[in-house]
Amino acid sequence: MSDVFERVKKIVVENLDVEADKVTESASFIDDLGADSLDLVELVMAFEEEFNIEIPDDVQENIRTVGDAVTHIKAHVS
Amino acid sequence: MADDWNMPEGNLMKGKRGIVMGVANQNSIAWGISKQLAAQGAEIAFTYQGESLERRVRPLVESIGMDTMIPADVTDDASMDAAFAQVKEKWGKIDFLVHSIAFAGKDELQGSMVANTTREGFRRAMDISVYSFIDCARRASEIMPDGGSIICMTYLGAERVVPSYNVMGVAKAALEASTRYAARDLGPQGIRVNAISAGAMRTLSLAGIMGGKSLMGTGRDMSLLKEDTRMEGVAGAALYLLSDIGHSVAGEVLHVDAGFHVVGVPEMGED
Repeated sequence: MSDVFERVKKIVVENLDVEADKVTESASFIDDLGADSLDLVELVMAFEEEFNIEIPDDVQENIRTVGDAVTHIKAHVS
Repeated sequence: MADDWNMPEGNLMKGKRGIVMGVANQNSIAWGISKQLAAQGAEIAFTYQGESLERRVRPLVESIGMDTMIPADVTDDASMDAAFAQVKEKWGKIDFLVHSIAFAGKDELQGSMVANTTREGFRRAMDISVYSFIDCARRASEIMPDGGSIICMTYLGAERVVPSYNVMGVAKAALEASTRYAARDLGPQGIRVNAISAGAMRTLSLAGIMGGKSLMGTGRDMSLLKEDTRMEGVAGAALYLLSDIGHSVAGEVLHVDAGFHVVGVPEMGED
């Protein structure tokens, strides 16, 4: 399952153009990784494509850190 | 995704220059259209609004070997004056314009249209999504001395009720009407004005609609072709309308939605 974190990390590094070592589970997309609201929407779309899942709007609003995303994805990927 | 398909190459747009408004990222319909037009020889000036979008659009524009990017805020007359002046200075005249811009507040793209539409929200949606098209059609027509072609993007929510689409559906209905009146006014100058009504696609705009992703699933399951609307189809329709093979087509709303728009009641007992 740690594979999920690595795949999320790869997407975050590519989308936000940040150093890989800054992408930790506790890193906030907006406060620590410099994302804006458009970035967040794009990230969620990228996660959905990578893991072939659908992240509902109400969940999306609560994804603030890399760990939040990993937790949600793990719960929905079999 | 736009990068995953090859667009048919050719010369249908060779020697034609024009403006594409509304590329936000690689999933944008305007970007799919741009790649197809470029593969057919078009030269394109891209407009963008603000730094956040410029950062996204510039690498895309460069990836197809182009470099003309112009800031344009459709709600600001001075910005629009400057943008079109810049195009005129660069090329003197243009042959086509693609309008792929719309806006409504997230709070209005959910629940009840009656309950959630505010005066200010209505005004903004109509200004950005509809007036901007009329304004751009006028400005473009002034630099189309040899005729040309103008398209905008609409959606089935203009004609039928769609969950959450609400004030945007109202705006798209106005946009489609504007397409017909603009086609009448500009037709005598040899300028064709049309709209493409695309099925729901995975764009930033869709992400702004509450439950928007389910619009894609419904569009697919109820469509005649039982498939998502594909970018190739939307881009191909744009190429048809913007090139000379679209002669004699004006004031049209062309549906590119896997046939979803003709369905009254879906097949029973399927799935």
